Amino acid sequence: MSSESALSEKATPRESANTPYEAIIGMEVHAELLTNSKLFCGCSAEFGGEPNTRCCPVCLGLPGALPVINERAVEFVLKAALALNCQISRDTYFHRKNYFYPDLPKAYQVSQYGDSAIGIYGWIEIDGENGGSKKIGIRRVHLEEDTGKLIHATGTTSEVDYNRSSVPLMEIVTEHHPRPGFDQIKTAGEARDYITKLRAILTYLGVCDGKMEEGSLRCEPNISVRPVGSEDYGTKTEIKNLNSFRAVSRGVEYEVERQIDVLRNGGRIVQETRRWDEESATTASMRSKEMEQEYRYFPEPDLLPFHFDDEQIEQLRASLPEMPLARRQRFVDMGVSETDAETLIEDKAVSEFFDAAVSHAVDVRTVTNWVLGDFMKLLNQHGVPINQSKVTPGALAELIGLIEDKTISGKLAKGVFEEMFNSGKSPREIVEASGQTQISDTDFIREEIVRILSEPRNQPQLQKYLAGNDKVLGFFVGQTMQATSGRANPQIVNELLKEEMEKLR
Amino acid sequence: MKLTVEEVTAVANLACLALEEDEKERLTGHLNQILEHFAELQKLDTSDVEPTDRVLPMVNVYRADEVKPSLPREEILAAGPLTNYEAFIVPRVVDSSDGKSA
Repeated sequence: MSSESALSEKATPRESANTPYEAIIGMEVHAELLTNSKLFCGCSAEFGGEPNTRCCPVCLGLPGALPVINERAVEFVLKAALALNCQISRDTYFHRKNYFYPDLPKAYQVSQYGDSAIGIYGWIEIDGENGGSKKIGIRRVHLEEDTGKLIHATGTTSEVDYNRSSVPLMEIVTEHHPRPGFDQIKTAGEARDYITKLRAILTYLGVCDGKMEEGSLRCEPNISVRPVGSEDYGTKTEIKNLNSFRAVSRGVEYEVERQIDVLRNGGRIVQETRRWDEESATTASMRSKEMEQEYRYFPEPDLLPFHFDDEQIEQLRASLPEMPLARRQRFVDMGVSETDAETLIEDKAVSEFFDAAVSHAVDVRTVTNWVLGDFMKLLNQHGVPINQSKVTPGALAELIGLIEDKTISGKLAKGVFEEMFNSGKSPREIVEASGQTQISDTDFIREEIVRILSEPRNQPQLQKYLAGNDKVLGFFVGQTMQATSGRANPQIVNELLKEEMEKLR
Repeated sequence: MKLTVEEVTAVANLACLALEEDEKERLTGHLNQILEHFAELQKLDTSDVEPTDRVLPMVNVYRADEVKPSLPREEILAAGPLTNYEAFIVPRVVDSSDGKSA
């Protein structure tokens, strides 16, 4: 709804075929807030439900019904605004945005216009395309109501479901002209990182579940291109229907290329909304925005204004949980690589699982490898979120313990882990039941033998054996048993020792 | 300040009102009378008066985030002229899917 520029349709000078262009990408994000009830009434705000079963006179806009603001929704927006480094508007209020469209039955949307937003002038830190970090300026963070759902059923009619009507919605918009010291998003990769970082912040705060596929987090980038070095902005297009991180980067990338192509071929960009189509991986025009809408905003008379005092704001600020970037730094300080730390923190539940597993005093890198390796692979295969998995942090720590004290080999552990994942049994239970302890684990014993045979201090004994002194075998059996705390099967040790030493002849 | 017929036509469009030509003329006159009246009021010196955009001296009126029962669907749908027993049926509108009139 950024009713920004009236600077549409500016004639763009014809550029030569190899003029380098850069893109300017603005992000408008809508996040459904995780409240129990709607913004102005007690109807359930939960996702789904049979059509039109979560409605009442207030969210249907029936005459005489009066809205009352959901306190938690306001608190969620304040928290998000603080986490996004915004200034808080101390005295502010709602507006009516008037329009005729059946997605809201009142013929207006309760929203906040311009600087009446609860949070203004914030920033978010993202990873720049050329390394280093960038501070992306945030123009505003405001509270509004979501709209109902229209299903275009036939050629002449549409079905309307008002279950989502008046669910609390937070809008977060980046700055079109960044203040000094702040940056703009300029590439598809940065756009993707922006939405990834923003989603992490919102889910860490617990104000939004961040499910792009279900539409609880919606991202509508607006894109323009200009010759590198130019200070003017080109004509913007807006993209809709980007339902995943991948769609965000592919959609933006496609649109940037499309615009550059149009300009290089002497065409001009039309200010319009374009719809991303996942299948064909292209954007197509939905409607042109040649006429700027006039929404006749005015202060909402049915709702009383907000006043936020210092005490309330400082209390909320103090209550903010550890934010993703701080957590990433803590993981790096613990010995996790930058890249792994970044992956671990993207999903709050994954980072919490990691923290809990590490708290059992097992090796940080080993936990990282399990979580981002075998575990993530199985979770993705089965489409299970980590906090709903049967594997607990304690069970993973126990498994790692079994490897560390050499009860099982790393190779066997993979199978044990898969069974833990499927059955929820403890690793010790699985190992004992299957008898897959070290006794029958030839790979593990062989590993130990190869290591012992290569140790410099054992070379004199090895030479004796190779020279024909068979009695030295006992010495190596002893060494192997010692290395395995006496749990290796001596017969297997004997056989494998002979095999390995024969190889050295 | 005088309103023109063109401006009145634009405002009528925003309000979804279909006006005949003679109505536009007549309403332009009426609206201009109202504006003239306000122009009269504007002459008052209000430089010492705080703007009043609210009549109630209250802020922060909230409700707790608690779910209350919704209406039964039959009752909800009874308010609309046409339904399919699950959803309201409206004339198909151009898909803008962002809540803005098209």
